[in-house]
Amino acid sequence: MVRAMFQVESAQRDNQTGKTGHSSSMTGLAESKNGTGREATSNVREPSGYRGKLFEWLLIAIAVAYAAGLLLAPLVAIIVGAFGEGLRAAVKEISSTDAISSLKLTLVMAVGATAVNTVFGVCIAWVLVRDNFWGRRILNGLVDMPFAVSPVIAGFMLILLFGRGGWLTPITDALGVKVVFALPGILLATIFISLPFVIREVAPVLAQVSADQEDAARTIGANRLLTFWHVTLPAIRWGLLYGVSLTFARAVGEIGAVLVVSGGVSRLTETSTLYIFRSLDDRNYVGANAMAVFLAALSFGILMVIEYFKRRTEQTQTT
Amino acid sequence: MSSVPANLKGSPAVASRRVMLPWGRWGLRLTAFLYLGFMVALPLATIIRNGFADGFTAFWADITNPTAFSALKLTLMTSVLITVINAVMGTLTAYVLVRFHFPAKGLFNALIDMPFAIPTLVTGVMLVALYGPQRAVGGWLNAHDIKVIFATPGIVLALLVITYPFVIRAVQPVLMEIEKGQEEAAYTIGASKWTTFRKVVLPTITPALLTGGLLCFARALGEFGSVVVVAGNIPGVTLTAPVYVFGQIESQNQRGASAMSILLLALSFTLILTVEWMQNRNGKSNVSS
Repeated sequence: MVRAMFQVESAQRDNQTGKTGHSSSMTGLAESKNGTGREATSNVREPSGYRGKLFEWLLIAIAVAYAAGLLLAPLVAIIVGAFGEGLRAAVKEISSTDAISSLKLTLVMAVGATAVNTVFGVCIAWVLVRDNFWGRRILNGLVDMPFAVSPVIAGFMLILLFGRGGWLTPITDALGVKVVFALPGILLATIFISLPFVIREVAPVLAQVSADQEDAARTIGANRLLTFWHVTLPAIRWGLLYGVSLTFARAVGEIGAVLVVSGGVSRLTETSTLYIFRSLDDRNYVGANAMAVFLAALSFGILMVIEYFKRRTEQTQTT
Repeated sequence: MSSVPANLKGSPAVASRRVMLPWGRWGLRLTAFLYLGFMVALPLATIIRNGFADGFTAFWADITNPTAFSALKLTLMTSVLITVINAVMGTLTAYVLVRFHFPAKGLFNALIDMPFAIPTLVTGVMLVALYGPQRAVGGWLNAHDIKVIFATPGIVLALLVITYPFVIRAVQPVLMEIEKGQEEAAYTIGASKWTTFRKVVLPTITPALLTGGLLCFARALGEFGSVVVVAGNIPGVTLTAPVYVFGQIESQNQRGASAMSILLLALSFTLILTVEWMQNRNGKSNVSS
């Protein structure tokens, strides 16, 4: 009811201010296309005049300075730190056998965890949105748990489960699989800490794809899988990709959980973040900084991708 | 309906999903339950059992021993502090981003998510690179007797960086939805900017502000990667609760680690539930068309 009223209102406003109305407030991009959005805002500022303008710039300055001091200054410092002893030293560190093998392991684990969480995440999101049964609320609560659990605790839980005297140790022993202080443990830890992203990003988008479309597809004879593939998946794709990229970013950067379960054997169970951790302990600051810069650069790449997917998700949600 | 593509017949998982009978539905439900049960519920159960293995008195003793207690106190105090700072700075930043225009705003907007993308350990390393005693800024601060790295300010800074986006991202969409007309109307009848903010904007964004703040707090409670690098981890002084848990695991004191874990879990789960509840409540009146 309320929602509908607001929609009407915003539609009216859209008519008044030209086309920009709704999307103009999204980001800075839309306004520049068209003058109307800008005029609408300057109307708001008008009453306070010159002093208001000054106040406005003061607020902007505070926000930008805070962000720059908090986020950019450390970034600059680490780049200076990594290349402080010359580009060659940094490249030498990052191309050492330990560093390369840690990067490989990180990528393999991140890709593996992302794949698992994508498949199960879509299933769970579907169950949470489309299905209705008594256990739904429990499931919904469980999904959020990994965000509430400190990564260290996540790793610790795996040790308790699969370590000496753990509940699942008899099973893994019978299968001859070593989980704790081995690769399966790292993978499980990575899956755990990145579990909610796909579900939480897909669920709201899925909720907006009306079930009618799916029903229609099925009425004309498409089976569930075909319906999912041709109707549901295209509709949720940007939200899904957004969730996937968040999952991947989180998986690449994980330290706490992995540190506890990995045992940190260099070249075998050492991920890139563990490599940084060990380098700091060994006082190999150039190595730690070089790898940190590399991971930061990688994260920036992922961030750009995330921003793109996010914008696309918002567009699907507003149209 | 009856024609099954030949290539789908083989795999039982696929076949069960395409059947219109309740099979597909139940299959998905079961998948969801088993996956979450195995990945989330089982680990939680085992940690709770472990923490209370020797009874409640032992649990109580584990979390009230001086090191554990001071770690908990430090974590709670720093988390509260950064939540307050984030609430103020986050609202300001969101307001600036939504209402004003300035050069490179798009870039600034994209940068805000940076702490979500950058590994927390890297955040810690960055802060050490900037404020470490041998570095330019750190050296200058040291000369003026201000210690950042291996001290509480370092912990606060690390937490501020990693929780930076939460409040902004919670408040921003709500601010966008506030009718500009409402603010205009307030100006027209002579209200000052501050009054308008207090009477028109603030009440509307309060739920989002609380959500963002609680998420900040929950995140800060469990933060490890950045803190472990900058804090120095001196027991009783700069040892936070998650790092304490890590120390107990390393020194094979599993029960002690479980006890503190349970306490942290209970705290952050309560917070997350509160957030969920508030979002559900506001979901009905929220305008995200």
